[in-house]
Amino acid sequence: MTSSDAQLPLLRIASLTKRFGGFTALDNVSVDISPGERFGLIGPNGSGKTTLINCISGAFRTEAGTVLFRDEDITPLQPHMRTRRGIARSFQIPRPFRSMTVAENLMVALDFAAGEHVSVAQRHDAMMDILTQMGLASKANVSATQLSQVELRKMELARALATHPKLLISDEAMAGLSSSEVDEVLDLLMSLASRDITIIMIEHIMQAVMRFSDRVMCLDAGKIIAIGTPSEVMGNQRVQEAYLGT
Amino acid sequence: MKRSNIAFWVGAAVFLVAIFVMTQVVGNQYPFFAGYVILQFIALAVAWSILGGYAGYVNFGTSAFFGVGVYTAVFLTKAFEAPLLVQIVTAAVIGALMGFALGLLTLRMQGIFFSIATIALTIIIETTVMNWRFVGGAAGIQIARPPATPPFDNYVQMLFFVQALLVVLAVAISRYIQNSWIGRGLQALKDDELAAECTGVPTLRLKLLACVISGALLCAIGAPSAMYLQFANPDSAFNLNYSVSTLAMSLIGGTSHWSGPIIGAILLGTTQQLLTVTISSEVNVLVLGIMLVLFVVGAPEGIIGLVRKLRGNRKEGGT
Repeated sequence: MTSSDAQLPLLRIASLTKRFGGFTALDNVSVDISPGERFGLIGPNGSGKTTLINCISGAFRTEAGTVLFRDEDITPLQPHMRTRRGIARSFQIPRPFRSMTVAENLMVALDFAAGEHVSVAQRHDAMMDILTQMGLASKANVSATQLSQVELRKMELARALATHPKLLISDEAMAGLSSSEVDEVLDLLMSLASRDITIIMIEHIMQAVMRFSDRVMCLDAGKIIAIGTPSEVMGNQRVQEAYLGT
Repeated sequence: MKRSNIAFWVGAAVFLVAIFVMTQVVGNQYPFFAGYVILQFIALAVAWSILGGYAGYVNFGTSAFFGVGVYTAVFLTKAFEAPLLVQIVTAAVIGALMGFALGLLTLRMQGIFFSIATIALTIIIETTVMNWRFVGGAAGIQIARPPATPPFDNYVQMLFFVQALLVVLAVAISRYIQNSWIGRGLQALKDDELAAECTGVPTLRLKLLACVISGALLCAIGAPSAMYLQFANPDSAFNLNYSVSTLAMSLIGGTSHWSGPIIGAILLGTTQQLLTVTISSEVNVLVLGIMLVLFVVGAPEGIIGLVRKLRGNRKEGGT
């Protein structure tokens, strides 16, 4: 692993194992992610990418191993406790709060994760700030059910951002988008990364992963088969085999 | 204080004063007898809606909470001749504990499974009470009313006023929840529990809170019923009709706003009282069923949803 000795990793996953019945979805996975890193996570369908994210965000309990965040063992914590410590995520299939407007979706995050000593007016300003960055300001009072696919993806990122994350996990935020929309979302993620938010990006769109990531990890059948710079991983024979299925 | 708050509390005060004046002026007992039932259903529907509406956990156990409220009052009267206030407060405490237990169920059960579990809860408690001799068992028990406390000169009038107080309490709590972070959190977890957790909402804690508050209110509302009827038996105290009526009133009124259950309960409660008097008490169950079906098909968001839709359409038409 490449984390420098001088700097503690932001996230340390140590020997993580997750089973569903007899199926091992994650098998002894260990990886360190440094503060400020743009980390790409790839792998064929069913390789355990989303399972890993669910274990980091707390949606799943793990069978073995630990997750350390800023040197704290967060393995026993419920998802909302992890969110409050600075881990935010988007979902592969967007999960907006459907009975709410875009603004209200963000207010949930601001109400529950942004700390207690923030006034209502400040929360409102923070919300409009985030919506403006995400290009959703004009949709603030629109119901979440009326958004287009790309707007939904952006709203999920905006809602995650409203929790003041130190680590943002983007689970296929670009799936199903047109190429111009992919660029749009990628630019957004880049601009977040430039503001000291560490990002883990799961993606199937390889150009996006290559362009975005400092480091890429490839999972196959719950195991890490390659980790390194994007070009190293792309050149790795096992990665090519996993994807092309020789 | 915000203007809407002032308006609300002025409204509540006017309502209570009107109820009080009515108890002092009106001589005929029937309006109080019928009005008590309507007030009771308003309170029940509002209390139910805190869990069933805001959090989306459909509770069929209203009759369990109501019945426990009734029998708490029965027990306290028979054992200690406790005054009405003590009966209501004790019922609230027991209801809160029951609510907490119900809340733990939400850990493992959602949707229809949760609802079925609440029906089971009703049956278990009813069976227990049925076999409890001290409070009359299956045959039921007669309770004598103590004299009314001044300024009321009649016990039913006093109960009428007490139930009005419970209505105001339930509505104030429900309204507070809706407008606070608790309401936003409940709405989020109703929409999507995992997304809510990952947005920082402590879903279990909020669900427990909603169960405890809703349960405490439902039980407290049941307590005065023992004195109202001067009789209690398990069949009527745990009657599933309380669960169904309360649920129907909340859904027909609309659960997305605190006023929805009030509107639904006034509408259905009044209709039921009128039908009971003019035709028969069986017909009112039939009407309840038909209205519920009509609303589920035609206006799934209830009257509140219907009004919002109409307003929305007019706004769009105007611009």
